[in-house]
Amino acid sequence: MRMSDKVQISIARELYEKAKRFVEEQGGFSSVEELVEFLLREVLSEEESSYTMSKEDEEKVKERLRALGYI
Amino acid sequence: MVSRPHGGRLVDRVARGSSRQRLIEEATEMPKIEISESLAADVANIAHGVYSPLEGFMLREDYECVLEFMRLSNDVPWTIPITLDVEPDEVRDVVPGDEVVLIYRKVPIAVMRVEEIYPWDRKEYAMKVFKTVDPSHPGVARTMKRKSMLVGGQVLLINDPPEPFERYRLWPKETRVLFEARGWRTIAAFQTRNVPHLGHEYVQKAALTFTDGLFINPLVGWKKPGDYRDEVIVEAYRALIEHYYPAESVVFSVLRMEMRYAGPREAVHHAIVRKNFGATHFIVGRDHAGVGRFYGPYEAWEIFKEFPDLGITPLFVREAFYCRKCGGMVNEKICPHGNEHRVRISGTKLREMIKRSEKPPEYMMRPEVAEVILRHPNPFVE
Ligand SMILES: [Zn+2]
Repeated sequence: MRMSDKVQISIARELYEKAKRFVEEQGGFSSVEELVEFLLREVLSEEESSYTMSKEDEEKVKERLRALGYI
Repeated sequence: MVSRPHGGRLVDRVARGSSRQRLIEEATEMPKIEISESLAADVANIAHGVYSPLEGFMLREDYECVLEFMRLSNDVPWTIPITLDVEPDEVRDVVPGDEVVLIYRKVPIAVMRVEEIYPWDRKEYAMKVFKTVDPSHPGVARTMKRKSMLVGGQVLLINDPPEPFERYRLWPKETRVLFEARGWRTIAAFQTRNVPHLGHEYVQKAALTFTDGLFINPLVGWKKPGDYRDEVIVEAYRALIEHYYPAESVVFSVLRMEMRYAGPREAVHHAIVRKNFGATHFIVGRDHAGVGRFYGPYEAWEIFKEFPDLGITPLFVREAFYCRKCGGMVNEKICPHGNEHRVRISGTKLREMIKRSEKPPEYMMRPEVAEVILRHPNPFVE
């Protein structure tokens, strides 16, 4: 990856120090940057695969809920 | 925010439209496997996402991981194997890769792509899931009667099994829309196989005090003799909610799933399932899903420690009783008085009164609830 494909993000120093200690003590990550990238990927990949319903489906569901008196 | 589905994605294995039509036609040529009411309910639960992330009946690897570690092979928490049992001659001509049709009461329910057919050890299963092989345990007795082979593979639903309580049956995608529509961010789910007495009401309302909504979700389906009949449970709750609950804070719907009486393991299973419905919190009672004296009263609380990654918060609410000194429903944690002041609500005692057609006292059961139960000539499973 070229440097220009990266951006800078600011986080609280305290959190950074904690993350740095975590990286040093736990292993598995070579830098705080790598840890942050890993965590973001985890969260975002789950978000992408979570269930989304089309507006049309949602309206159908709401129709049934209304008919049954739930809404 | 409603809970994220277990494993990250709400499963949808329901065939629709022209692909459903095509499957129904193709299914007439497929080998048939007849399935029981409980298995038909499992198929529907898989297809409608109740068991997310499962997309079918478990393959051997998941089955073994669940028995051994209470997790799927991908490390997602899961405590009760979801399996399809057959006798060898039912799958004599079936090989992995084949499609079979699952038949319930002469109706094709689903098409299954068979991936694996494998033997299982029912005794080992009983020991791991129920922690006993004692045949007087209703779950063990039922397990020992199951067939000798398991078939694993994805299912695709083509017909919903019949549901007598259709009017009160909601699927996860429906409850999720419903909770969002009501603007609930925190939802406490309550599992039950019982008619409600004042102790249950206290526990539910204690949870509702701190959450936006209460999701009462009784199980319908197979239960042991002596338990309340499904229609009695449904009617009793309708009466309770109508007279004593604010309608905008509660959702009542049924879930067709067999009771296993597996205590702690089943408590976690019950929580996972309610997470898929969108609940953020799950009320775990004393001796949850227990039976007789097979499990310690708080064993079902302990097991949750092993699942910090469950994704739904267990609420451990203590058993409620009436205290004459306090002058109301309380629990051990908030009442300092001795046993002589406490009146416990025993399910067994209530059952005996109802058997004698006696109306229980109002500090045990709401009169409106008692009335609908007593209206039934026989409110119990035989
Ligand atoms: Zn007291």
